[in-house]
Amino acid sequence: MSARSTLATAARVLTQLRHDHRTIALVLVVPSVLLTLLRYLFDGQPETFDRVAGPMLGLFPFLIMFLITSITMLRERTSGTLERLMTMPIAKLDLLGGYAIAFALLAAAQAAIVSAVAFWLLGLDVAGSPATVIGLAVANAVLGMALGLLVSAFASTEFQTVQFMPAIVLPQLLLCGLFVPRERMAEALEVASDFLPLTYAFEALQAVTEDGAAIGDLGLEIGVVAGATVLALVLGASTLRRRTA
Amino acid sequence: MMTSGEELAAVAVADLRVRRGGGVVLPGISLAVARGVVTGLLGPSGCGKTTLMRAIVGVQRIESGTVRVLGEPAGSPSLRARVGYVTQAPSVYPDLTIRENLRYFARVLGAPSSEVDAVLATVRLKGEADRSVGRLSGGQRARVSLAAALLGEPEVLVLDEPTVGLDPLLRRELWGTFHALAADGVALLVSSHVMDEAAHCDQLLLMRGGALVATGTPAALRERTGVEDLSEVFVRLIEQREMART
Repeated sequence: MSARSTLATAARVLTQLRHDHRTIALVLVVPSVLLTLLRYLFDGQPETFDRVAGPMLGLFPFLIMFLITSITMLRERTSGTLERLMTMPIAKLDLLGGYAIAFALLAAAQAAIVSAVAFWLLGLDVAGSPATVIGLAVANAVLGMALGLLVSAFASTEFQTVQFMPAIVLPQLLLCGLFVPRERMAEALEVASDFLPLTYAFEALQAVTEDGAAIGDLGLEIGVVAGATVLALVLGASTLRRRTA
Repeated sequence: MMTSGEELAAVAVADLRVRRGGGVVLPGISLAVARGVVTGLLGPSGCGKTTLMRAIVGVQRIESGTVRVLGEPAGSPSLRARVGYVTQAPSVYPDLTIRENLRYFARVLGAPSSEVDAVLATVRLKGEADRSVGRLSGGQRARVSLAAALLGEPEVLVLDEPTVGLDPLLRRELWGTFHALAADGVALLVSSHVMDEAAHCDQLLLMRGGALVATGTPAALRERTGVEDLSEVFVRLIEQREMART
């Protein structure tokens, strides 16, 4: 591995994003708009808004980075640039690390903006520290990125990639406890949710926003999210083949 | 004659067998590519040129046989900075400018950024450097892809149809560039399905149906067949081969 190739890749990915003004605008603005929508959906029920919007803040980056990464990596595979890179002296982890850095920065910007809107303009009130929420949001973004990277290996067109969103992300979102507390689900689903990383991402966010937990209290949740990220990255790296049929 | 000694050859392929998509593309090909010359890999579309080139740069899974590049097995990590490869479809980022593309590949290769300007001059794209690759013509994109392969002063250049669709004047200039690189000791393997290009090469590998039909200098092949026109030479060589078989 080399820091030079990792940083060069991060800079390249950020430059590609910088040229794509519309995507940047969508990534940075849409979550705030959705949260505003939520605020007036629960008009007159500030407790409900606080309960839903707090964790949502930290889940947006997961969704968006999943989508962006899976498509960017698919393009890298289909445009031949991945094959070119695989003939060059760059380690697979340099490439993935570069993506992770670039998208984590984007996620941090996204989380900061949506947090600013939520806390200052929409009057979101959480028990814990907003900084912890942003930190978790970035961790979730990196998890989304790692999963997106992995699924890009199983799609051959952008059309298929987009279909992985409802297939991989939506079930996790439904089962994570955001919509229905997990103990009220059918037992099979509750057991299934124990094995989904987003469950732990949500529980960490919930603990911060409702119970005022600090990073130190969230060892298990953060450990699972980090472990799932590493696992997905390693599996993702194994799908980047120097030699193909 | 072509030098085939392991020491001198930049690329040595022996009994290479490759299967792709269920069919055998290369049933067992052997050949050598020398340093310091431009070797043309000529043959009709679909004859296995690209598969052979992919095997040489080490991105093709092979069934049997050996491919050695600069004395090492193709695809070895130590070769990654020494072999430049241009795929048939330009493999560059359309959403970056020409300069941004080249700067990225230069950094990955550990080449100084001054080389970016040098290769831009070589492919005559200096004036366009800050244009987005997505807005370029097909020929310009192909030149960006070629420029990326020239970065890092590779010792072996594998170029898959680099001159297709280019302006004739530019094509001539590029052949001049290839010969200048060869004069510096670089081994170049250049594929084409257009026989006219064969005249620009020092050595020829004529391929058909995954096998070599003939090898030699253009002059030697002309002499062997008694015709001047190289497409005609190819036809005669195939006929001679078919006759020898029956």
